[in-house]
Amino acid sequence: MYDFDWSSIPGALPFLWEGMKVSLEITLSAVIFGIVWGTALAMMRLSPVKPLAMFAAGYVNLFRAIPLVMVLLWFFLIVPQVLRGAFNLDPNTDVRLTSAMIGFALFESAYYSEIIRAGIQSVPKGQVAAASALGMSYAQAMRLVVLPQAFRNMVPLLLTQAIVLFQDTSLVYVSALADFFGAAYKVGDRDGRLVELLLFAGLVYFLICFAASQLVRRYQKKLNAHVAH
Amino acid sequence: MSYQWNWGIFLSPAASGDSTYLGWMLSGLQTTILLSLSAWVIALALGSLMGVLRTVPGKWLSGIAATYVEVFRNIPLLVQLFIWYFVLPEVLPFGLGERFKQNLDPVTQQFVSAMVCLGFFTSARVCEQVRSGINALPRGQKNAGLALGFTLPQTYRHVLLPMAFRLVVPPLTSEFLNIFKNSAVCSTIGLLELAAQGRQLVDYTAQPYESFIAVTALYLIINVVVMTLMRHVENKTRVPGYLGGK
Repeated sequence: MYDFDWSSIPGALPFLWEGMKVSLEITLSAVIFGIVWGTALAMMRLSPVKPLAMFAAGYVNLFRAIPLVMVLLWFFLIVPQVLRGAFNLDPNTDVRLTSAMIGFALFESAYYSEIIRAGIQSVPKGQVAAASALGMSYAQAMRLVVLPQAFRNMVPLLLTQAIVLFQDTSLVYVSALADFFGAAYKVGDRDGRLVELLLFAGLVYFLICFAASQLVRRYQKKLNAHVAH
Repeated sequence: MSYQWNWGIFLSPAASGDSTYLGWMLSGLQTTILLSLSAWVIALALGSLMGVLRTVPGKWLSGIAATYVEVFRNIPLLVQLFIWYFVLPEVLPFGLGERFKQNLDPVTQQFVSAMVCLGFFTSARVCEQVRSGINALPRGQKNAGLALGFTLPQTYRHVLLPMAFRLVVPPLTSEFLNIFKNSAVCSTIGLLELAAQGRQLVDYTAQPYESFIAVTALYLIINVVVMTLMRHVENKTRVPGYLGGK
């Protein structure tokens, strides 16, 4: 039987926390950017201007058809060269975190855009008609009437996507960037305690994501009860 | 800074001597397809079983199935993969883990771990789809089955599941596409599937753009082929009279 030895975890907690901060940083920046750029993409896709709609459709379908691992490999290849070319960076500057953030942000935008598009389409047509009857322009109708309602319905889905995204940040492992998972792996590898550290990492991810998804579920129920009245 | 494009690189003999770089890529493609298809079989079987358990009366069975789904949905795929591959062989009792490590060659070990991992991971998603398919059926169907003297298992077998499966084909299509994309994660344990071959190609040829473009194109082709196939299946299985039906 395997002899478990959990003693290397307490001492490694500060290092693991540093990793967790990297995971959270990537998640947060990708959620914010993803929602902003995702909204823009969704509006382009629904707009009557053909080239814009085609660009948005192409962008979304392309990113959704490629594995995230492949997208990250692309960004770890391209972003450093672009950044170094543009800002004359020292070749030794570590731009892996920046590359990861850009990669996740652009990748997640495609998924957010689909959620937001569905949200916009769930708003009854009469609302837009009413807004233009009141003399609002298309942009005003979007900003003041459609988007506020759409976002309220979408919040649970946007948050669920954020939980998925948080789990996906572990894939920065392909660039050896020390996010929470990367840090846990390094400690386990160093101390010869990979079994314990991997189980610990799994448990931490589970607790965070389970708690978060329960909160989202509760919020969804409240929202449904509110809408029903 | 100018990049030397060289598409001919794929036809030049690879470092392994017995193949070209194109050959490496095709063998990666083959592994990706084999891995995804075999994991899909596991996912469908386990996911259907768990999906049925989610809907049966009684707290115990549905509670077990719900826990199963939460566990597999709330741990990142990468962590699950490492647990299957690095942890399980160490902690399995009765020398099973030892036998796994000693009797199987490394490539088979990687493939089996990856297949089981992807299968279980996806089964949790399939389970939720099957459950929502069963729940989407009118209550009367189950009652009618029971009223005709079917036992509960017979009602599932002859009344509920044949309809539920036809209803969930479209959402299962997207899970089927996901399993191909998720298989790329298995490159992290050293399994030489498509993404891993892409990275290896970069190291050996120093032509990163050609390698990544080719690998990405192959993933896109997989995507299109699977979508076309599944559209066919969706057309065949569509239920007349439902929204989106004939």
